[in-house]
Amino acid sequence: MNDLETIRRISGVNPRRCMKCGKCTASCPAYDQMEYHPHQFVDMVETGHIDELLHSKGIYTCLSCFACVERCPRSVEPAKLIEAVRVVFLRRVGEEHLHPEAVAALADPEIPQQAVTSAFRKYRK
Amino acid sequence: MQRIGVFVCWCGSNIAATVDVEQVSRALGKEPGVVFSTNYQYMCSQAGQDLIANTIRDYALTGVVICSCSPRMHEATFRKTCSRAGLNPYMVEIANIREQCSWIHKEKATATEKAIILGRAAIAKVQLNAPLVAGTSPVKKRALVIGGGIAGIQTALDIAEAGFDVDIVEKKPTIGGKMTQIDKTFPTLDCAACILTPKMVDAAQNEKIHIYAYSEIEKISGFVGNFRVTIRKKARYVDEAKCTGCGLCTEKCPQKKVPNEFNLGLDTRRAIYIPFAQAVPKLATIDANYCTMLKTGKCGVCSKVCTAGAIDYKQKDTFVEEEYGAIVAATGFEPIKLDKYDEFAYSQSPDVVTSLEFERLMNAAGPTGGVLLRPSDKTHPKTIVFVQCVGSRCADGRGKSYCSKICCMYTAKHAMLCREKYPDTDVYVFYIDVRTPGKNFDEFYRRAVEEYGVHYVKGMVGKVVPQDGKLKVQASDLLGGRQLHIDADMVVLAAAIEPDKSARPLATMLTASMDTNDFFTEAHPKLRPVESPTAGIFLSGTCQGPKDIPETVAQASAAAAKVIGLLAKDSLTCNPCTAQPDEQMCNGCSSCEKVCPYGAITYADKEFRGPNRTTLVRRVAQVNPAVCQGCGACTVACPSGAMDLKGFSNAQILAEVDAICR
Amino acid sequence: MPVNEEFQPTIVAFCCNWCSYAGADLSGTNRMQYPANVKIIRIPCSCRLNPTFILRAFQRGADGVILCGCHPGDCHYTSGNYFARRRMTLLFSMLDYLGIERERTRVEWVSAAEGAKFAATMNDFVATVTKLGKNKRLEDLRCSKA
Repeated sequence: MNDLETIRRISGVNPRRCMKCGKCTASCPAYDQMEYHPHQFVDMVETGHIDELLHSKGIYTCLSCFACVERCPRSVEPAKLIEAVRVVFLRRVGEEHLHPEAVAALADPEIPQQAVTSAFRKYRK
Repeated sequence: MQRIGVFVCWCGSNIAATVDVEQVSRALGKEPGVVFSTNYQYMCSQAGQDLIANTIRDYALTGVVICSCSPRMHEATFRKTCSRAGLNPYMVEIANIREQCSWIHKEKATATEKAIILGRAAIAKVQLNAPLVAGTSPVKKRALVIGGGIAGIQTALDIAEAGFDVDIVEKKPTIGGKMTQIDKTFPTLDCAACILTPKMVDAAQNEKIHIYAYSEIEKISGFVGNFRVTIRKKARYVDEAKCTGCGLCTEKCPQKKVPNEFNLGLDTRRAIYIPFAQAVPKLATIDANYCTMLKTGKCGVCSKVCTAGAIDYKQKDTFVEEEYGAIVAATGFEPIKLDKYDEFAYSQSPDVVTSLEFERLMNAAGPTGGVLLRPSDKTHPKTIVFVQCVGSRCADGRGKSYCSKICCMYTAKHAMLCREKYPDTDVYVFYIDVRTPGKNFDEFYRRAVEEYGVHYVKGMVGKVVPQDGKLKVQASDLLGGRQLHIDADMVVLAAAIEPDKSARPLATMLTASMDTNDFFTEAHPKLRPVESPTAGIFLSGTCQGPKDIPETVAQASAAAAKVIGLLAKDSLTCNPCTAQPDEQMCNGCSSCEKVCPYGAITYADKEFRGPNRTTLVRRVAQVNPAVCQGCGACTVACPSGAMDLKGFSNAQILAEVDAICR
Repeated sequence: MPVNEEFQPTIVAFCCNWCSYAGADLSGTNRMQYPANVKIIRIPCSCRLNPTFILRAFQRGADGVILCGCHPGDCHYTSGNYFARRRMTLLFSMLDYLGIERERTRVEWVSAAEGAKFAATMNDFVATVTKLGKNKRLEDLRCSKA
């Protein structure tokens, strides 16, 4: 299964339902921090341009406030889509951002133990 | 035993190319009862029809089977042919060997074999056919129009013009409907009242038209040509015969705080009121929910000031029963409630209004006398934001899935009028698509943009937040790739329209079908758009689907033409394929009555011969052939098998099954 | 039971006059192929179908029976297809009880505009019944062809 299908499957979103009204983008509180905006996420998934999306920083500025999900007149649910994109990227083998051996150097007594454990769980592959 | 003739059509090469017609006619000629079998190039041609007619005479045929195209195509043609030759038209059966055989199969052997089997089934059926005679029922030459908006008025005027009596039933105290509340009409910008009120007066003065205002439909029974309708005339507490409509009572009534529904609650009226100056009929009505006299028995001011002595606090609802040949539904629309769209702050700020409210704010007869003022502080708005598709084209369960059709145009009109009257205002229209299919519609929209400088922005409004006397509008400009933040003074929401709430219970009374949105369904979406599938019920205006005024008027006149066509007949030919109970077998259990969608089945006590010369009185089913549409639901529901359907009898269908499985 | 390549099932299709019969005509007009095993009987409404007609078909050697009607809510007679749906549900449970393969009987809603759906449904149904093989359990041997 390719990334595109995975994104559609785990988000449960059918981007074809989108009628390009832009209400998601109009609702988005993180608009200024994003290079791609909610209606563009949907369009990129629909047309298969997901590489740009996977490597965009903007997907991490999505607050998951779900305003777009709440207000979308077509029930497209862009926030779920963006969460799926993030998950797909994080699950990629060999592209993890954190190596176990690097953790010791980064360790800070201020970081909660739980965060370290969860980082291992997330990036260990 | 029937004497059956079989006629196999080549349909040029449409059938003959894949079906061996010679073999089919030879094989079917050997079937029991078949005395003649042939094939011909075009059975539906004059020569083909003559061949059939001559054979019927020469061979004294009692049944005819035609193997040709679909019965939906030429059944009527061949029935007429047989009728001309003196054979009962219902002694014809068609075997569909074109659409359901030659056109879908490639191999000649297979197609020929199937054609023979289909022909065999038709022969087996026609063996059991009985001559049927279509009955007739008389037509009551009076029409009922339910709803007195522009659709109902136009339909009634056109029917009256043709010389038939017509009654209008309107639930509000005045006819006129939604159009009375509209200021100007697109794309010509005529004043709505100026073109509507003369029609209202025409309707009131036409001696063929009777208006039941402030009345509702209580009960409908009967069928096409013979409907019986009970109309409830709601108590006005004012004697219609005496009231002169002078309006003195509406000035003196001490109860001043009643929300004025004509102005959509933007101002108040008295407890006794006349909806607006040009109301038809111009009669005062007491609102029982607010009248102090009716609630507490202490007041009576209106009664004291009325010089005509028209006030009658003891008035009760009255009922009128009338017979009609045809009924027209013209129940119209309502804008949807916006309580589910809180992001637009409709319930939070009085300056967020619907388009219909905006219409009142622009209207010279409205609460502000035609001066556009913010409802909150009565100041002139400098920035106005229009939001399109509020509740239209929604698939999320909050709104309506359809396009409301009229919003693009009336918003262009509003935006244009704002800029024309107040050139210092900034007007934004947020749209998803601008839909302007209509004569001079797109030109009108372009004028709003090009000549009047309305800012059209592709994108939706995300949210509206009332703050410091302003409305903070956050929206997207999809083409410009920007998020917009506008400090607006007013926001106007183009709310979706939905069928009036009274339509659903009315449809049940009419046994007229509705779609999932509660719009009336038409008999055929393209070819019979103003008729309901239920005979004798016609559709006018927005009760059938969203429409603007010209379309509504066109449909209203079309419905009137259909009604006139019906009322012009003295009697109606009924479908002879109706249900028929075997009274000997019927045990009067009412199973059939319960499933009949038309109320065609009633019961009668009948005398039957019992043993030893006694007489038994039994309750047995009776089918009214004028009402029965021949669906056959009752035939299957009948536990004793007493009910059968003429033309599609149990024996006929079983004979077809046997012939196919042989 | 081994699948017999030569086996040609007999399929009876009951189609309501207003939607499905017109849908079948449309698939013909559009020249959409489906097997010749399907023979259509026109009935005014799906509610005209007495479940005993289906039993009779099986008794006389039909291998599959399909009922096609208007989509729920679109019945020409307002409510006929709802009655048909309820009656067929009862028939299905009876056929289950008798041990008749459920796949031999089917109900489909085909509108007058769905020629493609009609052809696809028939292709699928014929394939299903062909796989099941000859109907033996309900066939009355006194009526059998051989």
